[in-house]
Amino acid sequence: MKDKRSYKLIIGLGVVAAILLGKLFYIQIIDNKYKINASNNSMVYDIIYPTRGVIYDRNGKIIVGNKVAYDIMVTPREVKPFDTLMLADALGIRPDLIREKMAEYARNRRKIGYQSVVFLKQVPPETYMRFGELQYNFPGFRGQVRSIRDYPVDAGGNLLGYVSEVDQSFIEAHEGEYRPGDYAGKTGIEAAREKDLKGEKGYHIYLRNSKNQIEQRYKDGLMDKEAVPGRDIVTTIDADLQQYGQSLMQNKVGSLVAIEPKTGEILSLVSSPGIHVDMLANIGQHYDEISRDPYKPMFNRAVQAPYPPGSVFKLVNGLIGLQEGTLRPEMAYPCSNGYHFGSHTLGCHTHRSPLVLEEAVMMSCNSYFCYVLRNVLENKKYKDIAESLDRWNDYVQSFGFGHKLGSDFPAELGGTLPTSKYYNKIYGKGGWKFTTIISISIGQGEVGVTPLQIANFCATVANRGWYRIPHIIKASEGVKIDPKYYEKQYTMVDTLQFKKVIKGMWRAVNSGYGVGATASIAAVPGLDICGKTGTAQNPRGADNSVFICFAPENDPKIAVAAYIENAGFGATWAAPIASLLVEKYLQGEISEERKYLENRILQANLMSGVKID
Amino acid sequence: MVNLSDRGVKKSVDWKLVGAYLLLVLIGWVNIYASIHSGGPASIFDFNFNCGRQFIWILSSIALAAIILFVINPRIWESIAVPAYLFVLILLVAVIFLGIEVKGSRSWFEFGPVRFQPAEISKISTSLLLATLMSQANYKISRAKDLFLTLLVIGIPMVIILAESEAGSALVYISFIFVLYREGLSGWWLFCIGMAILLFVLTLTVSPLVSAIVLAGTVAVSHVFHSRRIDKWFPINLSVVVVFSLLPWILRQLSKIWDAAGTVDPLYVFAGIVLCAVPYFIFKGYKNRNSFLPLSAVAIVAGLALIFSTDFLFDNVLQEHQRKRIEVLLGMKDDPTGVGYNVNQSMIAIGSGGFTGKGFLNGTQTTFGFVPEQSTDFIFCTVGEEWGFLGSALVIFLYVFMIWRIIHNAERSREAFTRIYGYCVASCIFMHLFINIGMTIGLVPVIGIPLPFLSYGGSSLWAFTILLFISIALFRQEKKYY
Repeated sequence: MKDKRSYKLIIGLGVVAAILLGKLFYIQIIDNKYKINASNNSMVYDIIYPTRGVIYDRNGKIIVGNKVAYDIMVTPREVKPFDTLMLADALGIRPDLIREKMAEYARNRRKIGYQSVVFLKQVPPETYMRFGELQYNFPGFRGQVRSIRDYPVDAGGNLLGYVSEVDQSFIEAHEGEYRPGDYAGKTGIEAAREKDLKGEKGYHIYLRNSKNQIEQRYKDGLMDKEAVPGRDIVTTIDADLQQYGQSLMQNKVGSLVAIEPKTGEILSLVSSPGIHVDMLANIGQHYDEISRDPYKPMFNRAVQAPYPPGSVFKLVNGLIGLQEGTLRPEMAYPCSNGYHFGSHTLGCHTHRSPLVLEEAVMMSCNSYFCYVLRNVLENKKYKDIAESLDRWNDYVQSFGFGHKLGSDFPAELGGTLPTSKYYNKIYGKGGWKFTTIISISIGQGEVGVTPLQIANFCATVANRGWYRIPHIIKASEGVKIDPKYYEKQYTMVDTLQFKKVIKGMWRAVNSGYGVGATASIAAVPGLDICGKTGTAQNPRGADNSVFICFAPENDPKIAVAAYIENAGFGATWAAPIASLLVEKYLQGEISEERKYLENRILQANLMSGVKID
Repeated sequence: MVNLSDRGVKKSVDWKLVGAYLLLVLIGWVNIYASIHSGGPASIFDFNFNCGRQFIWILSSIALAAIILFVINPRIWESIAVPAYLFVLILLVAVIFLGIEVKGSRSWFEFGPVRFQPAEISKISTSLLLATLMSQANYKISRAKDLFLTLLVIGIPMVIILAESEAGSALVYISFIFVLYREGLSGWWLFCIGMAILLFVLTLTVSPLVSAIVLAGTVAVSHVFHSRRIDKWFPINLSVVVVFSLLPWILRQLSKIWDAAGTVDPLYVFAGIVLCAVPYFIFKGYKNRNSFLPLSAVAIVAGLALIFSTDFLFDNVLQEHQRKRIEVLLGMKDDPTGVGYNVNQSMIAIGSGGFTGKGFLNGTQTTFGFVPEQSTDFIFCTVGEEWGFLGSALVIFLYVFMIWRIIHNAERSREAFTRIYGYCVASCIFMHLFINIGMTIGLVPVIGIPLPFLSYGGSSLWAFTILLFISIALFRQEKKYY
């Protein structure tokens, strides 16, 4: 019996040997997969990175270009002992860093194998030259050309956005498009137009022999792919105007947005404080510093911050009243330092009384517009205040408020706009009336709008009743923009009604001092600027200073919104800033008489008034 | 000192076995050189590289072999078995506290430039003690006490090695089951171990229910073989198995009438029925004096317990890296850059060799460092890539020849000690061969054990040389005097 068992065991041995040989036969002779994979293993892909598309301003000026930098690559397997100090000196880095990196490669040597890894990123050409002379001392190290962003003008970090190396989560979010080591636009225009700007990577394939020497081009380069440079982008930005706007907004917190009313093209978009372009090129190094800044420079206030619009919103209510027929331009309402209801008062500044619409716009009377909204909301046409408020909401929405405008700028937000549902939730159904929500008459309370929306509203008034969705990319060769940017968006208010309001806006700027006009400081002779001030309450510190204006009155070329946080009256800071921008755009320079104003703005530092967390 | 007169060296030594050994060692040395060739050793004797050092190990191994063969009296092995076993046990425990850590396990001693792993020589001492124990005149493997003692001899070093986190080396001890089988252990043991592995894999890869059905089916079929009453048993058992396989379908139909039925896991129904049936079978078996019925009931319960605990074993007992390797091998996870990297690269290297290979020193995969551990655990990749199917088949043939020759000699020996020791050697070499080559071609999870005689490493080469040449010396002794 035992002898039989030894046979069984030998048979078992034979079976196992046959299984091993069978599998060997399969993978070595029948299945070709492994031979193909093996040649993949011995092919060396030399990646060629494309240059990113150039970003131009509306006048053909380059605002974002490219320059050459070098990545220092290392193939750890080829490194021979070298002088660490000499390399550190050549590259201008700490010797410790080199030791740390080499230790890291040693730890991961199995994973790295014969691959090259990036040792140091984006070394400027001067440093690379120094390294190049000494390179023979460091076998295994070499430089690889890489193009990085270059910023000839400071058009603002938030507007342009930054480009940085993709991380794991980004690669997963854009499956199949990126590999580690690639760069991608992360914010601003760079992100909005990433698809156009990035171009296509190319590669050269080489074969290596068993001694890891590169032997030849794989199939004489037949399978190689050349890099396709990214497409250039033309923006609607006016580089000079943008730069001027940036300097006006220096040391102030807020936004400055200028739109060409006829086209909806954004001429400048400043969010202050912003990221300086010098930091953009090397965002990785400055990221901590930027994200620690209490003024939050990464936060693009111009398209994201929901502010109370303040008195500029009176124009909206006035236009709705006119359209609804509850307000006629010749109607006069009294004001005795405010609007009184019960034991409460919504205060107003001292001015003559009563006023008609045009004067109320010019002098920005709070009381007048309380009457205006009250008549809109207590209109007998509607069943109750809830219905009329929702009607009001529709009107306001038609001006581009309360929802995202749909601009091509990434991360745009829509602000807030109350509905009857909203108030029912707070006060209960029927638990609120006009005086409960009186503050929305003057653009306070539950109304939240972004500076871009305010500027768009200004452009809408300038166009007398329509706007084109604000956008930042112009169509150019090879770059199409969404057809929606060409369409006129009409408000629910007729063109005729706008004239009466615009007259008031003209008088607010151009009546001269002493007649109660709120924005005389914004007047520029010959430009026919129409404007409206706003002073929005800010629960955190001093009031926000707001101003919108467009010019010239009859053929508007530019509409501007300036919103300065914690800066006080609209006329004090926002009006000069907006009017200077208009003047610069239309005249090319600031007139002698207004130089003092320009100096005052450029030198002003309002940061101390801003409350930070 | 030594009497060589009897039958002479020429006739008494199994030179075919020695020849196979020398060939394998030579093949190993050449391939170690090839695998690091691109790193640039000046020659195969360059002592700065593995190949040069391996040359020293080979020379010393041959010297060692000669001493065992010609100097030491083979009688000594049986007498030192107990102290040697105890001494190695002490080393195995000591290394946990005094050893250096290599890749997460503390199993190496380091003396200056020399490292050595007690687990390697423990194979020798365990084999010697096993042979001593089982060759006792009154030893009977069917006796529970003797079997227990035998399992203890195998189990103690195995458990200590497991504690050193060297699961691969511990696995080799399972191969001693073949020795026990040869010496009269019931074939059911082999069968049960095979079944346990099958159920474990099925539960992980297919589903616990399928695994349970296979279990039921196997027990039913074994019943048939055991009772040899196909006519009666087969219909009953078959119908039971069919009903079990249809359980999910039956439950689905039931759920149309009775909602709760849909939420019942078929596996629990199955387990419930089985647990009810077990007392009945035990009772019936007791009444009919049929020992098979209670045994099969116990087998089913044990099988079910394994199925239910598989997830627990897999998630909690196995270590993270072992779990991943099994997942990759069973195709539960595809991971060519992570855990699957080694296997994938090694299969690419071997697969690209084709029929005749790329030629000596012309391999691209093994020399670029795509294959990790290419001169130790993955040395077979170099053989596969540079020498192709022919070279691989030759190596496997040499091993099979060696194992067969050992068994052949063992069967011819008159002394039980020689026979049992021979079987131990054959089993160890077989297990290493199967696991190591199996892992390089994706048949077995990656378990880091060397390929005997081929892999780089002094401690491994010495240990296998001693292991093998003790058996050759014992065989020689038989031929010399009988």
